[in-house]
Amino acid sequence: MIEFLGVPLPLFMGQLLIGLINGSFYAVLSLGLALIFGLLNIVNFAHGALYMVGAFVAYLLLQYIGVGYWPALILAPIIVAGFGMVIERFLLRPLHDLDHLYGLLLTFGLALVLEGSFRHFYGVSGLPYSIPDSLSGAQRLMLPSWITGGDPAFMMALPNYRAWVIVASLIICTATYILIERTKLGALMRAATENPDLVRAFGVNVPMLITLTYGLGVGLAAFAGVLAAPIYSVNPIMGSHIIIVVFAIVVIGGLGSIGGAIISGFMLGVIEGITKVFYPEASNVVIFVVMAIVLIVRPAGLFGKGA
Amino acid sequence: MATNTSSTWQGWAKFAVAVAVLIALPHVLYPVFLAKVLCFALFAAAFNLLLGYAGLLSFGHAAFFGFAAYVSAHTAKEWGFTPELAIIAGTLVAAVLGVLMGLLAIRRQGIYFAMVTLALAQMVFFICVQAPFTHGEDGIQGVPRGYFLGLFSLESNFAIYYFVLAVFLIGVIIIHRTVHSPFGQVLKSIRENEPRAISLGYDADRYKLLAFILSATLAGMAGSTKVLVFKLASLTDVAWQMSGEVVLMTMLGGVGTMLGPIVGASIIVTMQNYLAEIGQLTLIIQGLVFVFCVLLFRRGIVGEIKHWWTRLRGGKDEPAHLGPSGSTGLSDGDAEAAHAQERAS
Repeated sequence: MIEFLGVPLPLFMGQLLIGLINGSFYAVLSLGLALIFGLLNIVNFAHGALYMVGAFVAYLLLQYIGVGYWPALILAPIIVAGFGMVIERFLLRPLHDLDHLYGLLLTFGLALVLEGSFRHFYGVSGLPYSIPDSLSGAQRLMLPSWITGGDPAFMMALPNYRAWVIVASLIICTATYILIERTKLGALMRAATENPDLVRAFGVNVPMLITLTYGLGVGLAAFAGVLAAPIYSVNPIMGSHIIIVVFAIVVIGGLGSIGGAIISGFMLGVIEGITKVFYPEASNVVIFVVMAIVLIVRPAGLFGKGA
Repeated sequence: MATNTSSTWQGWAKFAVAVAVLIALPHVLYPVFLAKVLCFALFAAAFNLLLGYAGLLSFGHAAFFGFAAYVSAHTAKEWGFTPELAIIAGTLVAAVLGVLMGLLAIRRQGIYFAMVTLALAQMVFFICVQAPFTHGEDGIQGVPRGYFLGLFSLESNFAIYYFVLAVFLIGVIIIHRTVHSPFGQVLKSIRENEPRAISLGYDADRYKLLAFILSATLAGMAGSTKVLVFKLASLTDVAWQMSGEVVLMTMLGGVGTMLGPIVGASIIVTMQNYLAEIGQLTLIIQGLVFVFCVLLFRRGIVGEIKHWWTRLRGGKDEPAHLGPSGSTGLSDGDAEAAHAQERAS
C-alpha cells in the first residue's frame, strides 16, 4: 500500500473526498448567504433550516407523490424559494429600515420554528433517502504506473454519487457566478447592492429584486439540501450545525464577494478533511481555529472589504 | 443624572421591597423553580449589560454560562470545593474565556460580531464534547451542594434558594453600579455614536472589551450557581440554543432596561416548565415569540410599560432604548428626529 505523508494513500484520498463534499455544501450555502447579504444586508440565520427543508421537500415529494431524485433536484429548490420569497415579502421587508441585527434575530426565530416543526413531526432519528439508480456504484481510481514507477496502485474508491455532488455544486456555483457577474439581471443586483436609491430612480423595481434575490439564495440552500439528502439521512437537525460552520466560513472569507464565498467554502471543507486524517480530535474545531487566526491576522476576512 | 436625595431614597425603598418579596417568595412557590429563575435572570441581566448598554449582540453567551458550569461542577465534585469557592472558580474561568473570546470578537462589528461569538462558542461546545472532565453526553451529575463556608449545609431547597438569591443580588448590584457609573455612560455613548466617542478620545475597543469581559464573568457566575441548584452540568448549558434563549429572554423583557431581562427570564423559564411535557413545541413557541418580538414588540415588556408610563405622565419619550444598539436600533430617520427633539427641548 502506498503511503502519503505517513498515512495510507486511500485513507488520505478518502478524507480529502469527504472534505471536498463538505466543501461543496459549505460553498453553495455561503454563496447563498453572500447573495442575500449583498442586497438585504442581513445574515440569514434560517439558511441552515431552509437547507434542511430542501432535503425534507425532496423526501416528501418521493414519499407522497412518487417524484424521484432528478425532478426533486429542480422542484424542491423552486418550492423552497417560493416559501422564502413569502418570508421576505411579509416578515423581512417590514424590518428593512431597522438595524440589521433585527433581521438576524427574526431569521433565528424562523430557524427555531422550522426545526421545531420538523422535529415535532419526524423526530430526530433521520429518514433514509436512497441514491438514484443512475448514480449508484463506484469507480476504482488507480494511481497510474508513471507515478508509481511500477504497477498501478490502488488510490481510492470514488462513489459515483459523491463525484456528482462535487460536479453539481461546481456547476451551480459557476452558473450563479455567471448570473451575477455577466448578465443584465446580475448587473442590476450588483448595482442595487451599491446604491439602491439610484437603481430605483432608473425605474427598477428594487423591492422585487430584493425578494427575488432572497428566493435565489434560499433556493441554493434547498439545492444543497437535496444534494445532501442521499449522503446524510434527512434529519431535522442537519441544518443547525452546518449553519454555524458556514457562519465561520463567511467570517473567514468575508461576505463581500461571490467568488470569495465559493473559494473559502471549498477550501475549508478540504482543510477540515485533511485535519481528520492527521489529527481527528481537532476536525470539529479546525474551521473555528482558522477563523480565530484570520481574525487576528486579517480582521476583515480573506476576501473582505472591511468590517 | 439626577442625584437628589429623594429619588435615591425612592430607589432604595423599591429595592428593599423587591428584596423582601424575593425573601418571602419561596414560601409560596417551589424554591428550586425560583432558584432556577434567579440563575437565568442573572444570566439574562449579564447578557443585557452587553446588548443593552454596549450595543453588542453576542450569540455565544452559552459558552461562558456552560463552561463555568462545568468548572464549578468539577471543582465542587472532584476537588471538594465549597459552594462559594466553586462559584468563584467557575466565574474566574468564565472571565478568562471572556478575555480570549472578547479580544477576537471585538475585531468585527454588528452582524459579524454576532457570527464570530456564535462560532467561538460552538468551538467551546466541541471542546466540552471531547474533553474528558466533562463526561461527554452524561455531563457531570450528582454535584454536591456542599457546605457554605464549610459550615452551613445547602442541601435543603430553602437553603439553596437563599444562597442563590444572595449571588443574584450581588450580580444585579454589580450590573446596576456598572450601568450607572462613568464607565456605563461612556459605553452608552459608544453605542449611540461610536465615531463621535472615539473622536472625543475614548478608546472604544477597550471599553467594549471590558464590557464583554464583565458580561462574560457574570454569565459565568450565573452558570456556576445553576450547577448547585440542579447538581448537574451538561452539554445543554453550552449549546448554541442556550445562547439563543438568553437573547430571547432579554428581548422579551426589554433590551436596555434593568428589570427587563429578569422579567423575560421568569416568563421563559415558567413557559419551559409548563411546556416540558409537549417536547418540541417549546422550540416552535420560542421561535414564534422571537418573530413576534422582532416584528411587533421591539421594546419588550418592561420597555413597553416604561414607554406608556412616560407618555401617560406627558414626559419625554426615550426612543434611544428601543433597539439592540441605540442609534442603529432606530431607522436613521427616527434617530435624526430624536436628535432634533433633543436639541429642541
